[in-house]
Amino acid sequence: MIDLSHQHCEKAPCIRIGDADRNALFQSGLEYNTPARGGWNIVHTGMLVPEAHQIYVCAQGCLRGVILTAAEMYAMERLSWITLTEEDMFDGTLESDIVDGVTDLLHKMPKHPPVVLLFISCMHMFAGADFESILAELHDRFPDIHFTDCYMAPTMRKTFTPTVRMAERLYESLKPLPLNPKAAVIIGNDRPTDPDSELLRIFRKNGFKVHDITLCKTYAEYLKIAESTYAVTYLPTAYKAGENLTEQFGMKHLHLPASFDYEKIAANYRLLCNTIGVPIPDFSPDIAGAEASLEHAKLLIGDMPVAIDHLAVSQPFSLAKLLIEHGFRVQHIIADTVTEDADAFDWLKAHHPDIRIYQDTNVNMLYADSPENVFAIGQKAAYYFHTDLFVDLVANGGFYGYSGISALAANMADAYLHEKPHMDIIKLKGFGCPSCLTE
Amino acid sequence: MKNLGLITPCYTADTSGVCSMLYELGGMVVVHDASGCNSTYTTHDEPRWTVKKSMIYISAFTELDAIMGNDEKLISDICAAAADQKPKFIAVCGSPMPMMTGVDFDAIASEIRIRTGLPTMGLHTTGTHSYIDGASEALLEYVKLFISYSADKIPGSVNILGATPLDFGLNTSISSIRDWLAENGFTVNAVFAMDSQPEDLLNAGKAEANLVISQTGYAAAEYMRRQFGIPYLCGVPIGRGYALYLAEQLRKIIQKSSAKPFRRASGGDTILIGEGIQSVSIANALALDKQTNAHVICPLPVTETMLSACDRQLYAEEDIQTELHADTVKTVIADPLYRPLIPANVKLIELPHFAFSGRCYADRIPDLINRNTEEYFA
Repeated sequence: MIDLSHQHCEKAPCIRIGDADRNALFQSGLEYNTPARGGWNIVHTGMLVPEAHQIYVCAQGCLRGVILTAAEMYAMERLSWITLTEEDMFDGTLESDIVDGVTDLLHKMPKHPPVVLLFISCMHMFAGADFESILAELHDRFPDIHFTDCYMAPTMRKTFTPTVRMAERLYESLKPLPLNPKAAVIIGNDRPTDPDSELLRIFRKNGFKVHDITLCKTYAEYLKIAESTYAVTYLPTAYKAGENLTEQFGMKHLHLPASFDYEKIAANYRLLCNTIGVPIPDFSPDIAGAEASLEHAKLLIGDMPVAIDHLAVSQPFSLAKLLIEHGFRVQHIIADTVTEDADAFDWLKAHHPDIRIYQDTNVNMLYADSPENVFAIGQKAAYYFHTDLFVDLVANGGFYGYSGISALAANMADAYLHEKPHMDIIKLKGFGCPSCLTE
Repeated sequence: MKNLGLITPCYTADTSGVCSMLYELGGMVVVHDASGCNSTYTTHDEPRWTVKKSMIYISAFTELDAIMGNDEKLISDICAAAADQKPKFIAVCGSPMPMMTGVDFDAIASEIRIRTGLPTMGLHTTGTHSYIDGASEALLEYVKLFISYSADKIPGSVNILGATPLDFGLNTSISSIRDWLAENGFTVNAVFAMDSQPEDLLNAGKAEANLVISQTGYAAAEYMRRQFGIPYLCGVPIGRGYALYLAEQLRKIIQKSSAKPFRRASGGDTILIGEGIQSVSIANALALDKQTNAHVICPLPVTETMLSACDRQLYAEEDIQTELHADTVKTVIADPLYRPLIPANVKLIELPHFAFSGRCYADRIPDLINRNTEEYFA
């Protein structure tokens, strides 16, 4: 376990799962920020819209992070900004400053982008800025550009998280197309879904075209997403985006949570096949593949304690249950909340009550130390447990279903055999994005 | 419009300036903010985050807190964390949303001070100003809280004010300044605020002079001059000639004589962009070592008396671009992220500035202290 014994804690950073209430794992308090940077932010996600230009309107402190995100990924030419001052809040120019600023920026560009993702901030929302009138005026001035209203509003994160909101805004500039009964879209991910996954094989085998914004190279290609009859999501942060596509274009939204439970995976595929009207394949070879991979990883990793974090996978408790059922010694889970894998949490609580859950942002995690060697799944787990034996994975990494389990287990085996310097890797922003820090 | 950036970054903001200045002083710094300030600071504004632990946190301010004015939660969360982590002091500062709601940081600091018994400072950042403002206020308040007048002066002793990685990176610059002072017969007293133990800093009142190496140290130096009678000099010992000049001036002020400001002539073909005191020092070094006339564009707050007549304070990207496109400009010395503003036929000598480009070129920030300028500005 992480050694925190040297200090008494007013707000404990870890708890036995046996003592945890899944509806409120930890108290809120001041927050600490780990140096694990693989999670995508709204800039990374916005870059998924091909040819889009992002404009942020906010205070200097807020701008700094988004601008340097773009700089580090060599994308400064795709992001501009307008800074807000205290006076802007009170001098009656809140809306006109945005309109005039965006106009000025667009006039300076050598070529108009097809779409502008225009981000306002908490300050605008709190001041009641009329975003609709801003967008209407910009539309009048620039009829060749589509303006998407976007939000950098972390103060409102309890109402809608930035990740959820951004996943949804990505598809706002789509225009209705006739629905193609043989087209689907996978939405809400940072990375393409593994082409070997059963999910994509089912679509391919039955003649479906599958769109994915992470694979779109041009804006025209992006616009074709709107022909999809089916919208598939599997991360919880994508659910709202899927519902919006149903509302906006009449797509059938299928939320197939990225579970590590064989039965749930089977249920997902049954729902998919029944909805799109295709036969349910025989998954036994895929299950056998997953089992073989897990067995191989277990042979290597043996009884080494395993830590899993919630940045790596959307269902860390489900993954913990799967690994424990296959003989791994999962002892640590870094997660602030319980989401779609509440039943796995309950199972762990009943059967393995000594597993420790850690609050990722707890201030006392600053002094986390790990006296034992731990195998980690995820960047935060690697950081907190100071281990170079780790799977570098963020937001499921495109792995899904039985093949996803197989691939993850293969990654575990590889990570065990090949140590890598975790601090050099986890400092890179936006898992999978280009980075000037690797030069 | 002037408040736009088409292609260049903005500088580090005031909240990060506070955290950077107080980072090594053993205190707990809490930014009253929802989430962005912490990740921006620890990713882009703080190279020490992965190598040296410091109690820098955010309050995780929410929409409900903004509407309900839930100061008690902030206060009790800080007190709880302080009980766990035993900081030497507490600093609490603001971000854009608390500015909107008018949070009274002085009152909050007072309440925390009463409950914890710890020295506590309320700082007035809003996230809308540059790091210079935040770091200056933080250092000034630290000095007010912890440094007192001493008649017992250490002969030839000098404090260094304004040392943060935002202006000097994490290279050897600060230790080179220490070495340069020692080589010139001075005793280094306290360095605010890198590579000094908090205990050493408490002796700052015993110094005979302060050397201000960035604008972030200016307010504290001025305070110490007024309150403790410690004279100060602004400048960084860059190059050979200017380092010698600064050492002479430092001796003069210790001997209670007036320092003579170095003034450059107009008419050069070289422009320097960057933090005021450092850029002026580089320009002075180029004038003395290479007989190169350079003028400075300072896009950050700077004390006007630092600037020569040829220097300019320009904040807007378009104004800087216009200046760089003048026919007379042949060379620009600036952070590499200024490159898009520089005409193709103008030479750029890259001088990375952490407070501008963050981690992008951090390993290329040079140590220019007391070295031949030819080594870098060939």
